[in-house]
Amino acid sequence: MRPQAAIASKVFIQRDYTSGTMCQFQTKLPSELEARIDKQQFEETVRTLNNLYAEAEKLGSQSFIEGCLACLTAYTVFLCMETHYEKVLKKIAKFIQEQNDKIYAPRGLLLTDPIERGLRVIEVTIFEDRSLTR
Amino acid sequence: MHLGVSESMRECEYSQISTRSSTPMETPYKKKTPKRRKWESFPGRNKFYCDGRIMMAKQTGVFYLTLVLILATCGLFFTFDCPFLALQLTPIIPVIGGVLFLFVLGSLLRTSFSDPGVLPRATPDEAADLERQIDVANGSTGYRPPPRTKEVVINGQTVKLKYCFTCKIFRPPRASHCSLCDNCVERFDHHCPWVGNCVGRRNYRFFYMFILSLSFLTIFIFAFVITHIILRSHHSGFLNALKDSPVVVCFFSVWSIVGLSGFHTYLISSNQTTNEDIKGSWSSKRGKDNYNPYSYGNIFTNCCAALCGPLPPSLIDRRGFIQSDAPQMAPPTNGITMYGATQSQQSHMCDQDQCIQSTKFVLQAATTPLLQQQTSDGRTALSLGGPCTSLPLGQPTPPTSTPSLSCHEVVDMLPIHTHTHNPMAHHHFLTPEEVPSPPGMLPCGSPMGHSPTVQAGFYNPASQDSLHEDSVRGLVKLSSV
Repeated sequence: MRPQAAIASKVFIQRDYTSGTMCQFQTKLPSELEARIDKQQFEETVRTLNNLYAEAEKLGSQSFIEGCLACLTAYTVFLCMETHYEKVLKKIAKFIQEQNDKIYAPRGLLLTDPIERGLRVIEVTIFEDRSLTR
Repeated sequence: MHLGVSESMRECEYSQISTRSSTPMETPYKKKTPKRRKWESFPGRNKFYCDGRIMMAKQTGVFYLTLVLILATCGLFFTFDCPFLALQLTPIIPVIGGVLFLFVLGSLLRTSFSDPGVLPRATPDEAADLERQIDVANGSTGYRPPPRTKEVVINGQTVKLKYCFTCKIFRPPRASHCSLCDNCVERFDHHCPWVGNCVGRRNYRFFYMFILSLSFLTIFIFAFVITHIILRSHHSGFLNALKDSPVVVCFFSVWSIVGLSGFHTYLISSNQTTNEDIKGSWSSKRGKDNYNPYSYGNIFTNCCAALCGPLPPSLIDRRGFIQSDAPQMAPPTNGITMYGATQSQQSHMCDQDQCIQSTKFVLQAATTPLLQQQTSDGRTALSLGGPCTSLPLGQPTPPTSTPSLSCHEVVDMLPIHTHTHNPMAHHHFLTPEEVPSPPGMLPCGSPMGHSPTVQAGFYNPASQDSLHEDSVRGLVKLSSV
């Protein structure tokens, strides 16, 4: 059996409300992660996430057309089509999976998709550093 | 070598990440309990229908009244007025009436049945982390900490974010806690008994469409009923004509509905919620520099944003299945499998045991305040408490459950999509063996599995307060067995 990595702690990246109710997260690297990951790397991840969420909530022509079409069809169009927001959420999920695989898992960290926490926080799970115990 | 170690660690991670719920060990246990959907253990006071697809407030009586009024008025109109008007004037009248009626009904049902934008409650980890941050900021002064607020500057305006004690989160701006539904709702407008639901970010546009189309419908019906009466009174008397028409209902509703539509049109164009307007949050009376930071500046953009903006998905995954992680954990390491083959069943019994034991310790700890000791087991004793002490933490449990069940259900309910609780849960089993130090059970206030350095001498009277409350609650639950 493979030994399970134990959780040392969890860190929560809170929302950044300075630009209103838009979904943005704070880019500041928490002190608990300083030892594990490069500041630039982390900020890059959070910034990309913020951009993706901004794209989802953007009031562009696409969302406008989608909204009007939905209204005219009494919102039945969403039975066959995904909303723009949902499409971007899928992109975000893929991005997080990718980041976990490439960057965070090798450092003993795990990012949880914010949608699973109600878009309140980015939960970063820190696993025990087994390199010391071996 | 370092490389080898990190690789094996990565292997560990990958085994956890990719093969989450598909190990053969777990399936036998899974088959025993039927999968429950998340709406069944939703903490708010909402009612769910159609297996979680429909979500309404608890009191729905007035909603049925609304339906009856609309159906009755339209029914009378189509039965008594339309035949006459179709013949005398044009058959388009009933057609337009029909379209309007369907639109009204559609938007009403959409408003009533959808999730208004409920914010899910914080997980125990999050809540503990927030508590810790607040206590650090406050410096643990006094017995009861002051009401928790955070200030943030949005577009030049200082906005206060309040801490919700029920949901254990800092409410985002414009969110509010609905006391009737017991939920925090994003961009909370108001709780509308007529639609039997809160009106918030996700259903405001449907609500607006509903009242707008209802205004048109009532004006339409009112106008044509008057026409009908006038035309008929040429033939028979005025009073005779009057008794055949649903005039009275229309007359009163016209003014109230049209008035309401006008009010909401104003709110939309200034990008305010009813809540904000009533409180006068952005009124210039409050101060010269007081303005609405959320407004886009012009009416057209505000309207577009409210009505045609992107529709965010529901944050509460109503129809998802509850991931019952702890009982399904992967086989524990270091030979801690003392329960043998029937681990799953025993784990259930063990949970109950743990619950009783942990609550006992919690009560002891509450009565005899001890500073936390720096035991080597401190960390594991801490982490084990997690799922169990979350029972006394008052994480919502279904009211009818017995303690053993509720402990189990709380464990089920922890919204743990990640597998991270697996290793935690196997620490669970350490309790009967190693005597956990009572202070180790204290972490109602401190987070699970936190590094020892943080809890050094960290005993907060504020957390004892909630601890007391929670332990009493736990005791009450136990005594209900």
